[in-house]
Parts: sequence; C-alpha cells; structure tokens
Amino acid sequence: MIYLDYSATTPVDARVVDAMTPFFNASFGNPSSVHRLGQIAEAAIDSARESVARVLNCKPDEIIFTSCGSESDNLAIRGAAYAMREKTGAKWILASRAEHPAVTKTLEHLGKHEGFLVEWLDVDERGRVTPETVAKAICGDTAIVSVMYANNEIGTINPIKEIAEICRANKIVFHTDAVQAAAYLPIDVNDLGVDLMSLGAHKFYGPKGVGVLYVRKGTPLVSQLTGGGQEFNLRAGTQNVPYIVGFAEALRLTAEERARRVAHVQPLRDRIIGAVLESIPDSQLTGDLESRLPHHVSFAFKGVDGNLLLTLLDAAGFACSSGSACKTGNPEPSDVMNAIGLSREWGLGSLRVTLGKDTMPEHVESFLNSLPALVEKARALR
Amino acid sequence: MSKVVVAMSGGVDSSVAAALLKEQGYEVVGMMLRLWSEPGKEDSNRCCTPDSMAQARRVAAKLDIPFYVIDAKDVFRETVVEYFLAGYARGETPNPCLICNRKIRWTFLLDHAFALDADFMATGHYARVRKDESGKMQLLRAIDRSKDQSYVLHVLDQEKLKHALFPVGDYAKPEIRQIAERHGLPTASRKDSQDLCFLAGEDYRNFLQRNAAEMLKPGEIVTREGVSIGAHNGLANYTIGQRKGLGVASAVPLYVITKDAVRNTLVVGTQAQLGSSELTARDVNWVSGEAPREPFRAEVKIRYTAKEAEAWVKPMGESQASPESDSAVEVTFDAAQRDITAGQAAVFYQGDLVVGGGIIV
Repeated sequence: MIYLDYSATTPVDARVVDAMTPFFNASFGNPSSVHRLGQIAEAAIDSARESVARVLNCKPDEIIFTSCGSESDNLAIRGAAYAMREKTGAKWILASRAEHPAVTKTLEHLGKHEGFLVEWLDVDERGRVTPETVAKAICGDTAIVSVMYANNEIGTINPIKEIAEICRANKIVFHTDAVQAAAYLPIDVNDLGVDLMSLGAHKFYGPKGVGVLYVRKGTPLVSQLTGGGQEFNLRAGTQNVPYIVGFAEALRLTAEERARRVAHVQPLRDRIIGAVLESIPDSQLTGDLESRLPHHVSFAFKGVDGNLLLTLLDAAGFACSSGSACKTGNPEPSDVMNAIGLSREWGLGSLRVTLGKDTMPEHVESFLNSLPALVEKARALR
Repeated sequence: MSKVVVAMSGGVDSSVAAALLKEQGYEVVGMMLRLWSEPGKEDSNRCCTPDSMAQARRVAAKLDIPFYVIDAKDVFRETVVEYFLAGYARGETPNPCLICNRKIRWTFLLDHAFALDADFMATGHYARVRKDESGKMQLLRAIDRSKDQSYVLHVLDQEKLKHALFPVGDYAKPEIRQIAERHGLPTASRKDSQDLCFLAGEDYRNFLQRNAAEMLKPGEIVTREGVSIGAHNGLANYTIGQRKGLGVASAVPLYVITKDAVRNTLVVGTQAQLGSSELTARDVNWVSGEAPREPFRAEVKIRYTAKEAEAWVKPMGESQASPESDSAVEVTFDAAQRDITAGQAAVFYQGDLVVGGGIIV
C-alpha cells in the first residue's frame, strides 16, 4: 500500500513516540496534584507549552491545549462569539465558504441556536478569500472573521497577513484554522497577526487526539468546556500529558525540519500535477498552482464518481482521498467544490493526493503509471 | 490466488459467505450497493440502511477484508423503479427483485467487481452452481430446500454463472448459524420481508400514489361474463386472487381473476373460476444458453413463495417482444393453479436443476 493521504493524517514520528512514552506509565501523575508525581507531569506540560510558544513566537500562556483541531475551532469561534457579544454587542461572524466543517457547522449552529448572524465570504475560482472581499464585508457590528490558513481539500493558501491587518484596524477578532498549514508553512503568530489560531498534532507526525488554540493576550474568550481551572480557566479537564508532550515534540521537529520537508515534497507535487494534466483528458487542477501547500495535489476529473475512483485506487494499492469522499456511497460535491464553482459533473470527480516524509519518487511514478487507466475504468462504469 | 467480491448485506448469510470464501483461500473484497429511496426518505432503503451498512463494515473488519460501498442510486431508479412502475401501468404485479438481480447485482455490481480485477462475485443466496461434464454451468437449488433462493437467480446466463459463487447454498441454515458463531459474526438474518427494499416498509399503493398517481384511474369491476357490478379505484390497488376489499355485494365470495389494463376493468369471479392450468411466459432465460426445441416436463414455480407444480413447458420460438432475451413458452399444468399473476416469474425446475424461467404474461 502506497500512502498518499498525509492531509488526512500522518504516522507518528518515532522520536515523538519516544518523547511521549514515559508519561503513560513511569510519570503518570495528574498535573494538578500537589505531590511529586503531579509536579513532574505539570513540568512536562509547562515545557511543552514553552516549546510550542517558541515555534509560534508567542508567550506560553497564550497556548491552550485541546483534544483536536476541531475543538480548537469550536473554542475559538464559540468562545469569541459569546465574549464579543457581551463586550460590544457585535453579533456578525464572517467566514469563507470553503472552511472546514469544524468551522462551518459551528457557525451554522451559532446562527440557528444562539442568534448570531453569519455571512459567508465568497472565494475565487482558486479557492482564495481576497483581502478586498473581507474589507467589503465587515461592518461595525462584525465580531469575528474566520478564514483558514490553507484549505484541506484544494491546498490553497489564503493571504492571512493581509486579512489580519484589516481585522486589526477594525478591532475585529481574527481566527484562522491552521490545521493543514502548520505542517509546512510558517506559523509565527506575530508575523501573521492573527488573534486565534487552531492546530492539530496529527497532521505533522504527532498523535491524533491533541490540538492547540493560540489565543493572543487580550482576546475576549469564554470557555466552552467548564470544570476545573486547567488551561488558564479556558479548557477544563485533566490534561492529556503524553499527548501534549507529543504535540510539542512533533511541532518542534516540524519547525526544525520545515525547509527540508518542503524541499522533499514540492518537486514530487509538481511532477504529479504536470503528469496528470498531460496524461488524463478532461482533468483540471483544483485550487491554486502558485499559492498552494507544497505537499498537496488535487484534481477534478469530469464524469467520474470520485468515491469509486478511491475504491479502484485502494484496490490497486494507493490510499488517496476525495472532496466528495464518503463511506456510505452517497456522494455529493463538497461545499468547497461548489464554492469554487465546479459543476456537479466535475465536482463529484475530485481526487486529493497529499505527500509526506516517506513519499518516494518511485511511489509517485507508480501512482502516475496507474492513475490514467483507473480514471478510464471509473468513467466506463458510470 | 483468485479474487472474489462478496455482495454484503450485514446479515448472517452474506457474512458467512465471505467467511467461507476466506477460509477457502480466496482474496475476498466486500461490497455493498447504495440503492435508491424516495427523496426525503434517504437512508430508508431496506437493503442499505445505515445500520446494515455499519453491520457489514464490522463484519468486513472482523474478517480483515476491504469493504466498499458503491453508489447505485441512479441506475437503480432508472432500471428497477422504472420497471416496477411500467409493470403496474400494464396491469401486472411486477417483481422488481428479478430485474434487480439481473441488471443491478449481476450486471452493475459484477462490472464493479471486474473493475477491481475480481475473478468471481459471490452473494449470500441459497443456491448452487456447478460445471457439468461438457463444461456448461448449471444453476441448482440449495441443499436446504426450505431456504432455496434459486427462483430469483433464474435470470443468470452462462457467462454470469461462470463468475458466480453461492457459498452458503451447500449448507443448511442451522450450519450457517454455527459457522457465523464460530467466526464471531452476527447470526441474525435480515428480515425476509415481502416488502420491496425501496418502499421503506410502506404499502406499495402509497408509493404509486406519490410517484404515478395517473396509474390509479378508477374503473369498472366486471364479471367474467362482462357484467358491471361495481367500481374499482385503480387496477394497481388489487392483486390476483384478492377477495377482501373489493366493495361489491355478492351472494358468493368473489375474487380478482384478471386485470384488463386496456379497458381498465377489474375482472372478478368465483373461487371455481380462479384457477387456470395454463400460462404464457415471455423473456425466458434458458440457463444453458440454448432454448429447447421440444416440449419438456418440469416442475414450475409461479411465485417466490409458491410450491412448484408438475407441468409441460412448450417453447414457442423466438419472441418479437424482447430482443434481449430468448423466447416465450407456454406452460400447461397437470392441475389448475390459483393466482397465476402477470408480472411474476414462472421458473422451470427438473429436480434440483434450474432450467430457466420467464415473466408471466
């Protein structure tokens, strides 16, 4: 099996596993405990927090550990929405149409059950939210803007810095979902100028089940998981010590090896883009060619059931993904496919190929040799 | 190693089919079709509810085989649902499971199996296939006659049978349950329901009302002699042999004898008039691939649940009506049969062997 789905998740780096291991058993204490075992666990979390803060170029107490990227998105958006309404009365939330469901469903929920007003920002045909779109949409009653750093389905990188500047000038809280971006793009929060940023460890060779929300000092936020005073009263519950340690180590390694990792995947990415567009008729790249995650390739094939293509690829030994992927045989084009204006005929036939540390040129060549015939097979079965 | 795709339902039979094939050394892949249900009732098709899908997925995980769901909604609607509606429009009582087996399971799904480079496709049907001395494929009843499902498989031809496996057909049902227990698989059968999968447990009449209301045109109820004795509320609402709910007063009990779609009349008669010893079947599939030239003796089954009856089957030569299938036949029973229903299949057996079958006219 050749794994080409690193945007879905990644294997945990052996060095990360090593860092985590002592905290399952030898140093198993509860960080809130007074005794020595508790102190050791607490120290491990503090070190992890400092390590993450160094990568993000922020203060340790601006780092909140959560259970995943989705939880970080929920805490950011719900927490800031309630706080801003209390503080200024503002209740408009702006977000792009191409956000991850962790953001879109949260906003729909806030709109339906909590009386907030949501405005969806259009993206261009490459999936980008332009700063002009944001500037035009905001008003005095805007509480939050949420625009993802890089898109999970089509890999498009948004002009986060410019959007953050506009929000800053208008005193609007700006959140970015950087879950996909963190593996390859710089995430210096001061350079980016964001107020809230979500991360998840398993996209960069850390474990599943642990995330971070960066919260710029002074950003109004109401906790969503109430209970004990952990995580500066913003996220109750006994901290998941080994996973938090794993998060920090995975992020540290990512920052340290970032240039090398980019240099490894980017030429492979470009090889796939060129070869597929040349060898497969009625195919197009989705997303942007330039402003794109370096490990991310995504296509649309006309007249193909994307789900069936994944089945054929899996049977042929390739693990990939699709914008319309579903395990129930009931495919619909994803919101992202609709947002970039693809017709159903194209939108159902999406394919995402994402590369990683262990992707070798021969894997890519083997994939490129197999794909055209499988696309043809899928077309014939329609 | 031969590769086989198993059509899985989450029930005991197809789960055991997969387990048996794995034991026999095949490379096994599980598949399930996502079938159509009415807009607004998605997820309600009895053959692929979220529950049965989850069950099939668990079984595949236990057997450590891949499992895929294939979208067949459009082709199912275009083929099976259209066939169902067209049958009622002709005044028949169609059996959509037959066309589903032929066009969906053993064409659409089989093509997907071939696309995965499978050599065979298997289902959890109780039936058997074997190769005779001359290399021809034969379709046989299951060892367990009480569970035999060869009736719905009579539509298979030589080419399809070459790729068909029915692993549970060699076992009795209690043995199948034991095998399931041994493998830690679910032991519950899917409810053997007479309801069609896409009706979501509802009466078919409601479905027709919503999807083909024009079919439910009121008309006259007449006797065999042509005397009008009442009114019906649409032929599709009645089945052959039905007694209750006719709404006509009569000294003797009256039964539905035939439905005359041309005149839109419901023909009723006494119990004595109900039986017939003859039927004509069209679109006959001969499992051997060759239509017999001479009349032959066979046991003929006129419904999935009917008991087979001794008869002469007389081939009538090439049929004009349907170029897709082979011919039509006349069946003459030794004794009159009740409830011969147009649209259902008549299937011809000789002992355990399925000779062929066609749609009753």
